[in-house]
Amino acid sequence: MWRVGTVVALHDEIATARTITLEVPNWPGHTAGQHVDVRLTASDGYSAVRSYSIASAPNSQGRVELTVERLPNGEVSPYLTQEVAIGDPLEVRGPIGGWFVWRPEQTEPIQLVAGGSGIVPLMAMIRTRAAAGSTATFRLLYSVREPGAVLYRDELQALSAENSSVTITYAYTRSAPKNWPRPPGRIDAALIANTTWPSKLVPTCYVCGPTSFVESASRLLTASGNHPDKIRTERFGPTGERQ
Amino acid sequence: MGIISRGFSGRRSAADVKLPPGQYLTTDFPVLSAGPTPHVSLDRWEFVIDDGTNVLRRWDWKSFRDLPTETFTVDLHCVTRWSKLGTSWEGVSLDTMLGDVKTDASYAMARSYGDYTTNLPLNDLRNKQAWIAFRFDNKDLAPEHGGPARLLVPHLYLWKSAKWVRGIMLMHQDKPGFWESLGYHIYGDPWREQRYSSDE
Repeated sequence: MWRVGTVVALHDEIATARTITLEVPNWPGHTAGQHVDVRLTASDGYSAVRSYSIASAPNSQGRVELTVERLPNGEVSPYLTQEVAIGDPLEVRGPIGGWFVWRPEQTEPIQLVAGGSGIVPLMAMIRTRAAAGSTATFRLLYSVREPGAVLYRDELQALSAENSSVTITYAYTRSAPKNWPRPPGRIDAALIANTTWPSKLVPTCYVCGPTSFVESASRLLTASGNHPDKIRTERFGPTGERQ
Repeated sequence: MGIISRGFSGRRSAADVKLPPGQYLTTDFPVLSAGPTPHVSLDRWEFVIDDGTNVLRRWDWKSFRDLPTETFTVDLHCVTRWSKLGTSWEGVSLDTMLGDVKTDASYAMARSYGDYTTNLPLNDLRNKQAWIAFRFDNKDLAPEHGGPARLLVPHLYLWKSAKWVRGIMLMHQDKPGFWESLGYHIYGDPWREQRYSSDE
């Protein structure tokens, strides 16, 4: 069932990613990690649909935040990140997905591993944890090209400063801040060993990002002793705007 | 028709007319899996057909590869909305593998290394429309795409084409598999756009 949401706020997270806040009448609520389908329709009836992860925690106002990364040759993401204006209607369907989700009833340690805009559904989990007053301990390993590409930087900083139960490690692949202890590079076995939960604590791991990132991160987590059953993945295809 | 999105014109190509509703064309091969990619060695690989109680057929890699193979070219449609046309494969037809199995079952549950499952009517595995595929584009099938061997049922959404497949269980009653238990459609016909359980 398609619902018509209204764009009530727009916020540029970085130059290439925008958060769109929708107010959706009769929104049934969602679980952290789920996504929605968004449908755009041209005046001749042609339509295009893509899926986007929900970034926000469930709330009572029927508000849903989507953070959309603009893909250079995308059909839908350039419209959502450049054209759409406050007050515009936007058709959405969902929430969708029952596997890559975190629920406040979960009390085990949680390991989040994000590559680039793969942070979006993981941010929904972090926000849901805070909103629900959960005491589950979270670790986030967040791999990005460069400091300027970090999404939700201030909010993540505030969360980790005020709350020792959310530990954040940044890993830069192209360029790191000055005096950063680790030279730029992809995540590797040493980083996994030093910054993620020891596998003997049996954390549930959520890994989200581009396919090659998810392949290597989940392989490293398995190699360090995590059981494949405890690793949930969400991959972005090279052309898929969100898979 | 949906409500008009002010200022949206979209991109379309002549190829779009051949696509099921709501799909767009891609030329690369995106990957979608729920967990880590299992790496299955050929000397441990096996494929079993059972009825939930008894093993009816069993192949190791060598006996599987001794079966007659087919090369075929098919279109793939993923529920995440990409379609890839004209992909070429080599595999063993399920008609060959089910050939002399006597059963009155109507459904099947495909099982994979890594514990993925997906359900299909048995008829959809027969009649020259389903294979256990082990080569893609003249190369051994890569692990992230389901190698060493995957089920391929291209007339249904691609989640029905279980990667890393290790067997099928014949069933008298239909039962949801992994994604089918998590909100996806029990059958998954792309031409009828059966994506989610709420679709008809």
